[in-house]
Amino acid sequence: MNAAHAGRAFYAILWRELLRFVQQRGRFFAALVRPLVWLLVFAAGFRATLGLSIIPPYETYITYDVYVVPGLIGLIQLFNGMQNSLSMVYDREMGSMRVLLATPLPRGYLLVARMLSGTAVSIIQVYAFLAIAALFGTEMPPSGLLPLLPVLVLTGLTLSALGMFLSSRIRQLENFAGVMNFLIFPMFFMSSALYPLWRVREGSVLLYELCRFNPFTYVVELVRSTLYLQFNATALAVVAGTLLVFGALAIIGYTPARGGPAAGRAGAGG
Amino acid sequence: MDVASSRSAAGAEPATGGAPTLRVRGLSYAYGKTRALDDVALEVRPGRVTALLGPNGAGKTTLFSLITGLFDSRQGDIEIAGHALRKARSRALASLGIVFQAQTLDLDLSVEQNLRYFAGLRGLPGRAARLRIAALLAEIGLADKAKAKVRALSGGQRRRVEVARALLDRPALLLLDEPSTGLDIATRRWLVEHIHHLARGHGIAVLMATHLTDEVMPEDDLVVLHGGRIVATGRVEAVVRENAAASLDEAFTRLTSAKPEAAS
Repeated sequence: MNAAHAGRAFYAILWRELLRFVQQRGRFFAALVRPLVWLLVFAAGFRATLGLSIIPPYETYITYDVYVVPGLIGLIQLFNGMQNSLSMVYDREMGSMRVLLATPLPRGYLLVARMLSGTAVSIIQVYAFLAIAALFGTEMPPSGLLPLLPVLVLTGLTLSALGMFLSSRIRQLENFAGVMNFLIFPMFFMSSALYPLWRVREGSVLLYELCRFNPFTYVVELVRSTLYLQFNATALAVVAGTLLVFGALAIIGYTPARGGPAAGRAGAGG
Repeated sequence: MDVASSRSAAGAEPATGGAPTLRVRGLSYAYGKTRALDDVALEVRPGRVTALLGPNGAGKTTLFSLITGLFDSRQGDIEIAGHALRKARSRALASLGIVFQAQTLDLDLSVEQNLRYFAGLRGLPGRAARLRIAALLAEIGLADKAKAKVRALSGGQRRRVEVARALLDRPALLLLDEPSTGLDIATRRWLVEHIHHLARGHGIAVLMATHLTDEVMPEDDLVVLHGGRIVATGRVEAVVRENAAASLDEAFTRLTSAKPEAAS
């Protein structure tokens, strides 16, 4: 693979993604409103009713709105990963995916470039959310914001890989909404995003076990520990492992051996 | 500047013979148990337009999906500009320009943005890409539409942009999959003439799938695909003569009226 060509192609894929993002102002607005509603409405109510004891990585008592921020960062990236996969299904139906996959570069490289460009968009959204949250008085430790960046790349890639795997399995755009409902909300609710796991266990052991098997729990915990400059090896291992598994499945899903999803509806010609 | 110039030397007479730019041998493909292509073999030479003629469902799009690497078949070989697609995919695809049957432009980006995106995918440096895009848009008569959103273009204008996009990286082989679908008569005429101009004037090897006999010129090479099999090849007049027909239309009807043994 020619390095200059690979670099230019990556830049082109990233540039297109950012261009589409900038042009779709509604998408940016929706991406910010969603977690802000959780933070400013849901968390404000819970703040008054739910006390959180001191649990790692927190060293002092924290309010609920502070607790929920890492989960909302995960929510932004989860939605973005699914949005990215939705746009891949759309691209496939509209034929743009054929143009990408017929590019003279390794298919795996093109798909990883696509995932990275989607992740870049999600990172912009996360930092914009953190800035707005800070304006409303929910501040994260400033020293954790820079170390958060590489972690967001990893978590964003993991959730994009999950979305890309789904998009490789879904043949039609119409089926996607249902899958998103059955994936995004269960993943979000059955995780440590809204409540600490020990609290969940008090309510239901079964739910606790489901939360422990949910990769999104580890995305949230990795973000949470990084913000407080702590190293969570378990979360890192689970998130990296999930990326490898779903990344590989997504790339296999887009290989053309069986006709592949790249054909889309455009493949049904003469 | 010679905007559509091929890889042939500047000023030299474009090559029309020599080694085939595209060589397909023993190619078969099946969707599950349904065989779509059966032992297909064909060659496309530099400077020649080869019309891939076949009724709907003949396997043309399947063949194009295999040549562009979107599908993969373990039966048969595809070689583009001397590079085997299976062994050297990137090198083979680097010589290929494609106009897909379906519209494949990003509707929300401008004409120029679409072309810049594609130039990046092909690894063209920024300045070279900008010059090439400007020259190609001038050639297809859409220089004034560079900043226009693709969504605002007519079907014919979009098709022109797709042809320009396929030529951005100066391909040795140009594939067009039923490019005139949905176009008005004037745009169809422009397209067919332009394709022949690219072959004759610039030495590009062209493979154009169509089911319309009036898009085939008498001097073209012909491959007739029916039910996933090649039922005739050769120069147009030879195919007409061999089938004791008065016209290509009549020859095509005879060749494709038999029940196919394989279907896509």
